[in-house]
Amino acid sequence: MSDHDHENGHGAPASDEHGHSTEISHVTPVRMLIAVWGALMVLTVITVGVTVVDLGSQTNLVVAMTIATIKAGLVVTYFMHLRWDRPFHTLIFLGSLLFVSLFISMTLLDKSEYEGDIQEMYLKKGQ
Amino acid sequence: MTSPSATADVLTAPAESDSDSYLTHDKGILSWLLTLDHKRIGVMYLMCVMGAFLLGGVFALLLRTELLTPGRTIVEHDTYNQLFTLHGAVMVFLVIIPGIPAALGNFVLPLQLGAKDVAFPRLNLASWYLWVIGATFLLVSLVTNAADTGWTFYTPYSTTTTTSVIPALFGAFILGFSSIFTGLNFITTMHKLRPPGMTWFRMPLFLWALYSTAVIQVLATPVLAITLLMLIVERFIGIGIFDPALGGDPVLFQHFFWFYSHPAVYIMIVPAFGVVSEIFPTFSRKRIFGYKFIALSSVAIAILGFLVWGHHMFVSGQSVVAATIFSGITFLIAIPTAIKVFNWITTMYKGRIHLDTPMLYALFFLWVFSIGGLTGIFLGVMSLDVHLHDTYFVVAHFHYVMMGGSITAFLAGTHYWWPKMFGRTYNEKWGRIACGLLFVGLNLTFFPQFILGTRGMPRRYYNYLEEFQGLHQLSTIGAYLMGVAFVITAIYLLGSLRKPMDAPANPWGSNTLEWRTPSPPAYYNFHNPPEVVEGPYEYADWVYDKRTRGYQRKASHDS
Amino acid sequence: MAQLVADQVPPHEPSGGHGHADAEHAANPYLAHHFDTPKHQFDSGKLGIWIFLITEILFFGGLFCAYAIYRSLHPDIFVYAHYYLDTFWGALNTGVLILSSLTAAWAVRNAQLGEQKKLIFNIVATIALAFCFLGVKYVEYSHKFHEGTLPGRYFNPTHEVWELESYQKAHGQHGSATAAEGHAAAGHEAAEPAGHAAPAGGEAKQPPPGAPVRPRNVGVFFSIYFCMTGLHGIHVVAGIITWGWLLRRAIRGEFGPAHFGAVDYAALYWHLVDLIWIYLFPLLYLIH
Repeated sequence: MSDHDHENGHGAPASDEHGHSTEISHVTPVRMLIAVWGALMVLTVITVGVTVVDLGSQTNLVVAMTIATIKAGLVVTYFMHLRWDRPFHTLIFLGSLLFVSLFISMTLLDKSEYEGDIQEMYLKKGQ
Repeated sequence: MTSPSATADVLTAPAESDSDSYLTHDKGILSWLLTLDHKRIGVMYLMCVMGAFLLGGVFALLLRTELLTPGRTIVEHDTYNQLFTLHGAVMVFLVIIPGIPAALGNFVLPLQLGAKDVAFPRLNLASWYLWVIGATFLLVSLVTNAADTGWTFYTPYSTTTTTSVIPALFGAFILGFSSIFTGLNFITTMHKLRPPGMTWFRMPLFLWALYSTAVIQVLATPVLAITLLMLIVERFIGIGIFDPALGGDPVLFQHFFWFYSHPAVYIMIVPAFGVVSEIFPTFSRKRIFGYKFIALSSVAIAILGFLVWGHHMFVSGQSVVAATIFSGITFLIAIPTAIKVFNWITTMYKGRIHLDTPMLYALFFLWVFSIGGLTGIFLGVMSLDVHLHDTYFVVAHFHYVMMGGSITAFLAGTHYWWPKMFGRTYNEKWGRIACGLLFVGLNLTFFPQFILGTRGMPRRYYNYLEEFQGLHQLSTIGAYLMGVAFVITAIYLLGSLRKPMDAPANPWGSNTLEWRTPSPPAYYNFHNPPEVVEGPYEYADWVYDKRTRGYQRKASHDS
Repeated sequence: MAQLVADQVPPHEPSGGHGHADAEHAANPYLAHHFDTPKHQFDSGKLGIWIFLITEILFFGGLFCAYAIYRSLHPDIFVYAHYYLDTFWGALNTGVLILSSLTAAWAVRNAQLGEQKKLIFNIVATIALAFCFLGVKYVEYSHKFHEGTLPGRYFNPTHEVWELESYQKAHGQHGSATAAEGHAAAGHEAAEPAGHAAPAGGEAKQPPPGAPVRPRNVGVFFSIYFCMTGLHGIHVVAGIITWGWLLRRAIRGEFGPAHFGAVDYAALYWHLVDLIWIYLFPLLYLIH
């Protein structure tokens, strides 16, 4: 129960009196926690700073989302432990994002198809 | 024939577990309301779901009575709208969606798996309480100028009507979480609590079905939750998300709603597939045909079910591109479904069929579900749907699959597991009579509705043209017949609880693990986790014992 | 042929039979009867919480879908309306949540190592930061109420966009680095820097040349803004309650190397709350 860095990630007593391993889970080293936090803060500053440059609203969105995804990736991989967890958890996490994008894309596809009709109607009625 | 108790022969006399079954282990109402035992939770769900079915059924009989004549028969048109709304909401959210997974699944899953309980017993109890709270909110809506929007709550009517919509929405919202937590529990249980030797492909097909259902519950229900929440906010403060005057879009509601509600119908039917997958091999004394195909087809249906929601929106202004994609994928779903149907039939072929009540319900299911499923494909054809959408054809289709599919299978499962759950057998003669009556009643109620639909009778209509009256009356007579069948069923099932416990451990000769426990099981399920060495559908080692009127496992004939 | 052994002899002791299983359960009061070892229990809980997080992703997914649809079909509304948001507060809240994720992850480590005092400190820090977040949101929301920038039909701003500091910074100043090319404000461009008017209501009622015309239904943006940040805020409150409950248990010394699951799971939930904000921030505040 010391609090020096556990580089190998073992934080629990290795075995009990029966000789069973009781290590339950990987322990994140302090340096890693702080490094990830630092990276997140830097990326946040970049996200805001980048708004000074205007590349057209489409590209701006892509840049913002890319940075957000990098931040999200850091949080999920390190803070949420997926790097050391069972691959199944990563699978289901990514799977859920797939479902969300399925939902968004089909709905967007449909909506954009008939949006033209709606705009026409507004034009006909006059502003 | 009896062997020393050290081997696997479970019971020589039926009632010796009386003193310590899960039913008698703890006494008093609090021991039920605060139980963490999945079996007790399953029983509580069963009773609640049966009660809700009674309520929804009464609404159905009232509205069918109203439809005996065009114009006013017993209620006004506003009341009629409320009746079909509450009938739908109660049946969908309180009966069919929880039905098999919560009432039967909760009881059977850990036993069939070989586990001591589900992964999260307290969450399981919480799921039940959420059901009760959700039901309460629906009742609140019922008694305070009940919602009249139809169970689908379409905008803009649902955002503008003055009836009690918010309690109904909130009730459905809460029920959604009950469903989510059950699914979460089941998935974790099947991943983490399998005993040694219970590989995925040795699991009974009922468990595969429950797993697929749980995946749908977990992925689809949150979208319903957010949809209902947005609708509540919209009604409450009018932010315009579905209001075209404020830049919103009512069709968006339909996308959101059906993204859940189409997968929801697979939540309703896939467990039913699981139940009959247990019954067909057991009552044919023959290993199921195509185990892997049936198992994986449940997963396929779960996934494909997420890709077809637009087939409810062909005439809502949906774009042709989207509609075509949805229509095509709808046809695809027929394939895994048909695989199951043919596999069940092949299972029976050259088997030794026993026509006990569970098997009768399973056969009933096969016939009636096939009709319902096929008519679903008809509706998936865009050119047909343009004429049939919002007609009685749709009503007939979904009642054939929901009533003829889900409820019939629910009855099959209830009869199948009843002796295990309560340690009592029910009256087989009355079981068969009720089953036959229900079969006649169901077809009489809903087959005329196919015809009504193709002739143009719209759904949710209080008034109708004279020419439709004959078919409507046939349908109503059928509904009353169904009511009688259900009353008979309730009487003999509940009546059996007054008998002493007479059920053997394995009345049907099934090979799945729940039948290795006494009837009813001990509160701890299994003293030691069983070691699984074979598949679930092997019947060679089970021999019928006239004395106990159940099956016994043959004495070990190896060293 | 081998047979199934399902021993039905009623146990003499509560969980009879296996000495090992007995000892495990006796030694660890937090080990539930249906799990074999603490690791088994922890792993199961981990899967459970991940499935729950997935339901949360799908839950918020619906709102992100609404956002995507309205933004792609009415980009003018979004660009116009975002000037009413103050990037400073949004960025501050982002920093606050990221820091709270650090303290939450650190708390998990403390629990795993049995560092009771540090655990308590980190839980308290997480709660404090969460309250900070809510405080900032309160400032923002009350500002919006005063300014009339409310959802849907209630959108009735006291100041037009061109009167706002944020707009003027982006468009209005001489030689400003943010020269106004390409601001897609309903097809209008701020071609020349205009003399900036005082942001508070004064006589600056005359729109400067090139100022955007208010599109129809700007309230849609604020409907989405309030729904998304509101739902997110509710989740922050739920997180605070959860951490509060864990604080109580931590003070009683309930967590240690063999039993820290609850802290781990709560931290996972908290990270998801942070994750959602990581996307909300640029989507709502950084539109240009």
